[in-house]
Amino acid sequence: MTAPLHTGVAGFLACYEALRDRLPGDAGERAAAAETFRRGGLPGAAAGRREEAWKYTSLRPVADASYAQAVTPVADADTVMARVPHIDAPRIVFVNGVFSAELSLLPPLVAFRRFADGGRFDTLARPDREPLVALNTMLAEDGAILHVPAGVDAGLVHLVNVTSGIGGAAVNCHPRHRIDLSAGAKLVLLETSVGEGQYLHNPVFEVRVAQDAVLTHVRLQDEATTAFHLSTLYAEIAEGGTYDSFGLNLGSRIARTEAHVRFAGPKGTAHLNGAQLLGGTQHGDFTTVVTHDAPSCASRQTVKNVLAGRSQGVFQGRIEVARVAQKTDGYQMNQALLLSPDAEIDTKPELEIFADDVKCSHGATVGELDADQLFYLRSRGIPDAEARSILVRAFLAEALDAVKNEMVRGVLDRAVEGWWERQAA
Amino acid sequence: MLEIRGLRAAIEDKPILQGIDLVIPDGEVHAIMGPNGSGKSTLSYVLSGREDYAVTGGSATFDGRDLLAMSPEERAAAGLFLAFQYPVELPGVGNANFLRTALNAQRRARGESELDAVQFLKLARAETKRLAMPEDMLRRNVNVGFSGGEKKRNEVLQMAILRPRLAILDETDSGLDIDALKIVAEGVNALRRPDFSALVITHYQRLLDYIVPDRVHVLAGGRIVRSGGPELAHELEAKGYAGMIAEAA
Repeated sequence: MTAPLHTGVAGFLACYEALRDRLPGDAGERAAAAETFRRGGLPGAAAGRREEAWKYTSLRPVADASYAQAVTPVADADTVMARVPHIDAPRIVFVNGVFSAELSLLPPLVAFRRFADGGRFDTLARPDREPLVALNTMLAEDGAILHVPAGVDAGLVHLVNVTSGIGGAAVNCHPRHRIDLSAGAKLVLLETSVGEGQYLHNPVFEVRVAQDAVLTHVRLQDEATTAFHLSTLYAEIAEGGTYDSFGLNLGSRIARTEAHVRFAGPKGTAHLNGAQLLGGTQHGDFTTVVTHDAPSCASRQTVKNVLAGRSQGVFQGRIEVARVAQKTDGYQMNQALLLSPDAEIDTKPELEIFADDVKCSHGATVGELDADQLFYLRSRGIPDAEARSILVRAFLAEALDAVKNEMVRGVLDRAVEGWWERQAA
Repeated sequence: MLEIRGLRAAIEDKPILQGIDLVIPDGEVHAIMGPNGSGKSTLSYVLSGREDYAVTGGSATFDGRDLLAMSPEERAAAGLFLAFQYPVELPGVGNANFLRTALNAQRRARGESELDAVQFLKLARAETKRLAMPEDMLRRNVNVGFSGGEKKRNEVLQMAILRPRLAILDETDSGLDIDALKIVAEGVNALRRPDFSALVITHYQRLLDYIVPDRVHVLAGGRIVRSGGPELAHELEAKGYAGMIAEAA
């Protein structure tokens, strides 16, 4: 099928008109989202409008591309899977936003359903507030609905998103994923996004971590450097629950990883760590909002950026502490290593605190490679280029140490090696 | 092995070395002594290729090659080693990996075969043991959390593994207690051979009781003001720098 080609908001609305009769879920919610999107458009795309949440990231290039709906049959399965890091774990594979049964290996301990099979939107996402969530809600065709039953340790599951936008108009896909851990459940979710060609991958995640449950969510964004990756995640953490996430950004022309995490019960823990390694004219944006709506919760966030060429990194971190959220412990750190004079980092921490007995801190560092360290390595015979890469890897390794699962850590290490090989090529 | 003629160097337009002449033949150990600010560390940095220093005159050749035209890594591969006065910490870089990368980079540059992980660890463990260092030093990050003495011993370990032709020891004795000093000296003495030379930079004569030099030079105001045999170090200890510099003037 070939949808009519338009650019910008009109293009996405045309996709919606073509698909609306066969999309799952609540048609009324979709229509409302479409209306929001029609009015609000894409941040940064319209001249003269400036939204604070999108101060450093403009989606103009996303609006300027023309899109076809992602129903093009993708090249053969082997080609697709060759791009996906291989690990010995169950996997749930989406190709161009649609579940592929033949490429998947379903996990035994997790209940899995497709969003396409009569899935419903959860109530965590806010299409009324976030334009990309409105876009997703309007166009979501499929996604993973995962549920880990109470007390079950479901081990490691690999959620794979492969997008292929070779030839012609760009592909756009908007998967809607729901992850639900019942009381005391455990899951390590490795989420990888890879692809080729031109496309927009705009997933929305709705995550519920029930009492004392532990979700470890490691996200590898290694999309084609001609692609757009715009991801929004909402997580709600109940009493004693843990959401431990780490995001590694390596790919995409423009990437934004936005997370809204809310503590709904006391003694919860959230880690929103990340790292990005960007070159050329890549743009990578980590935006987080942590809402402490319950006492004695801890949120921790360390993001490291390595920026080469003319790349731009963005970190926006907001911590909101409600009046009831006494004994909140919030920490935020953004560190950037600029490898070129044309690279740029923008950091915007925001603390909004209404409780009086809290511990909240934030910090940021920006620097170049340390001249003493570089000379020390070279004085031992290590050539300049190799010495630089050792120091950059060391800087990143400190961030990656937050990932405790060895198999998952291995995937990230290999992805970083792949990035270096691409730079050298 | 090393031949320095009329060497002048400056940092940020401030002249530090004002014409150094020094020849170190194969197999000899020379000591340079001098007061603070005399240019001792500058000399070691200029010889090892630190870019903050501008060479404003003179020459330095190493085995007949123009040392000053070489990059720091080329100097290292040619056999020059600097034991730093203040060894640098490298968080996130494991000591064993660092040493193996350095050794193999030098071997590659010289057209020699590289050591695999097993061969390297065997060598590194043997040297670690010989220098009476705890084996976990190889597993730790380079110099991170090391005491002052451990850092200096780590420099000597690197030297033992990299096996340079010429070692420059920049105040390696500072901050060492007597036991560590003996270990460091033994590490240097173990390398003494007809094709190994060393330049020992020190403030005090004490180290030279353990590494007995062939020649001693006194550096003051960016020049060598006196040279002599090992007895010069004792004379210096007796008279102090002020007395000796006044005599030389």
